[in-house]
Amino acid sequence: MASNNTRPDAPLPANQSADYGYALKEAMYAGLITLGMFVLFIGLKTDQNIRNELILVPRWGLLAIFVIIAAVGRFAYIAWLGPAMASGKAAKSRKVVSTEKSFLAQHWTKLAIVFLFLYPALVGGSLKWVDNFGIQILIYVMLAWGLNIVVGLAGLLDLGYVAFYAVGAYSYALLSEHLGLSFWLLLPMAGILSAMWGIILGFPVLRLRGDYLAIVTLAFGEIIRLVLINWTEVTKGTFGISSIKKADFFGWFTFNIADPNYIGKVFDIAPSGTYYKIFLYYLILLLALLTAFVTLRLRKMPIGRAWEALREDEVACRSLGINTTNTKLTAFATGAMFGGFAGSFFAARQGFVSPESFIFLESAVILAIVVLGGMGSLTGIAIAAVVMIGGTEILRELTFLKAIFGEGFTPELYRMLLFGVAMVMVMIWKPRGFVGNRTPTAFLFERKEVSGSFTTEGHG
Amino acid sequence: MEYFVQQLVNGLTLGSIYGLIAIGYTMVYGIIGMINFAHGDIFMLGGFSALIAFLVLTSFWAGIPVVLALLIMMLVGMLTCGLWNWTIERVAYRPLRGSFRLAPLITAIGMSIALSNFVQVSQGPRNKPIPPLVQQNFEVFGINISLKQIVIVVITTVLLAIFWYIVNKTPLGRAQRACEQDRKMAALLGVDVDRTISITFVMGAALAAVAGTMFLMYYGVVVFTDGFVPGVKAFTAAVLGGIGSLPGAVIGGLLIGVIESLWSAYFSIDYKDVATFSILALVLIFKPTGVLGRPEIEKV
Repeated sequence: MASNNTRPDAPLPANQSADYGYALKEAMYAGLITLGMFVLFIGLKTDQNIRNELILVPRWGLLAIFVIIAAVGRFAYIAWLGPAMASGKAAKSRKVVSTEKSFLAQHWTKLAIVFLFLYPALVGGSLKWVDNFGIQILIYVMLAWGLNIVVGLAGLLDLGYVAFYAVGAYSYALLSEHLGLSFWLLLPMAGILSAMWGIILGFPVLRLRGDYLAIVTLAFGEIIRLVLINWTEVTKGTFGISSIKKADFFGWFTFNIADPNYIGKVFDIAPSGTYYKIFLYYLILLLALLTAFVTLRLRKMPIGRAWEALREDEVACRSLGINTTNTKLTAFATGAMFGGFAGSFFAARQGFVSPESFIFLESAVILAIVVLGGMGSLTGIAIAAVVMIGGTEILRELTFLKAIFGEGFTPELYRMLLFGVAMVMVMIWKPRGFVGNRTPTAFLFERKEVSGSFTTEGHG
Repeated sequence: MEYFVQQLVNGLTLGSIYGLIAIGYTMVYGIIGMINFAHGDIFMLGGFSALIAFLVLTSFWAGIPVVLALLIMMLVGMLTCGLWNWTIERVAYRPLRGSFRLAPLITAIGMSIALSNFVQVSQGPRNKPIPPLVQQNFEVFGINISLKQIVIVVITTVLLAIFWYIVNKTPLGRAQRACEQDRKMAALLGVDVDRTISITFVMGAALAAVAGTMFLMYYGVVVFTDGFVPGVKAFTAAVLGGIGSLPGAVIGGLLIGVIESLWSAYFSIDYKDVATFSILALVLIFKPTGVLGRPEIEKV
């Protein structure tokens, strides 16, 4: 926001009184622009009639609401909010940040992990909270932590991460179907296969610059998805592979009611689908924690240092004798491996995989979580996953909105719209993500927090 | 042979549409070095504007001449998309100029998700068909050429001529080229950089809107997801032609269109998108500067 002061509409300095005439003019412009943007899309709705022809349904009232909101919002921003924020900023810049940390701040990672282990008991094993929220969010946390190795640590923008997720899921689905191997053998195999694909795809493209690399990885992601759709002899195309074998507990007991060693028979308890969900919850929790653990340890190793150095400045890295291709490849392969783990977990959880689950949007969602969380910060990413995935899941629960907006209102529809808007707004408001601080792993004398705004991006 | 030429004609039609979208990518990349990921969705918005404009027109004047209808659809699309892209640049991209390098790209991805879902929510998720507008076919040396193909190629050529004139012969175009070469220096010499960038976005959106209108006319249907694949293909076209180069974008678009239709005709229609994406990967790996691009010198 360096060019803020030069903008003609920059908020007035705090000591001047608000200029209502200017605000009114701006509000009028905002209203007019909104009218122009939305007159076709909100003002008129295309609908099919009984003869399947398109007809237009006017919605002028809704359009008027949009225009009024835009105008009033702009007026409030120029007249009151802008000056208030400017004075707030000035006050903040003088504040001294205290270095003393409270007990909660010091130990909160441990507290969070304890909470996560107790979580299924806290929600009373409720399927909705364990499955729809717990497992769903943890899958994204794990994927985002895996992608974080590529994007956050090594600074390589990967828009096709979902391809490795797909490789993992299909590896598990196909190998368990054809070879009948167990989950615990296939989990590492899926990881290795994904890592291999990471190397195969990464090798030719990793010398590309940031945004070119992003587009090539996007292309690879789409190629893999299209192959999954069209290679029907193996993947069954868009129908997908169904009735994939469930994971078992190291061969001791299983979760298939027909098996002789079904958990209910082994422990003499009533059969229920909840056991499998709770088992899956702990499984993905452990997998996610493994990802975090590996990331934290790798950051302390020479290879992790090399990744972070690469992110900050590739040219400097090369002149210091780091083999940038190998460094990038290891990051790519490690990230891909965790994607593969998550993929095989996904296949075991759903019991069904189809190319529908691996569209570009998934990559974008995972990347959004990494970026919004503040690239490189594990805590930030976990928070972002809870907010974004949990938030959009919560939308399904908000039935009271029906009372406000009428019976036909389905909040789920707005899920991805809100997601996209949130992505844009967080980037504008906090380009460094929720947790924008980077703690350097290598330091001289003492560890200092570096605000994200001081670090620059390399040419990775 | 006739089959080949037939596919070539189809490919050139498709390629004209890709070329028009690709110009928006290449101009924005040339001037601020950003991949405007939402550009494909602006194209889709153009298709929808044209569709709604068509429905409004026919509900007031059922027997409207097709030429007039198409012109009005295009104009409405250009205005709407220009306004959208102007606002998007102003609200979402401008505050991030000078931020870290990946920020604008990520914002643009968010914008793309938001735009396509906005259209899904406001207009419904179903395919939107319109009755065929232009139906005549001509038989030339055994090759079947439809009037709509001729319309597409003619409109593209006319627009490109206008566009070429603006960029090469007007003060505005000079300002754009100056900003492309060195934004800071251009600002020092009195070029209003912010305004030039805004106009670039508006121009790119207008061309994308025309492409959207022609897409609607050619296929007779538009749906909210239509922005993604044509968007990526147009980006491929821009890269293939050498990103930052305007003639390159058009040549790249035509090449992609021709390759796509020949691939569908001779190999497999299922894998046509795989072919395009592979071209994108191959060009970026082996010749990142494209056909007409200038080599990029990295300053340390």
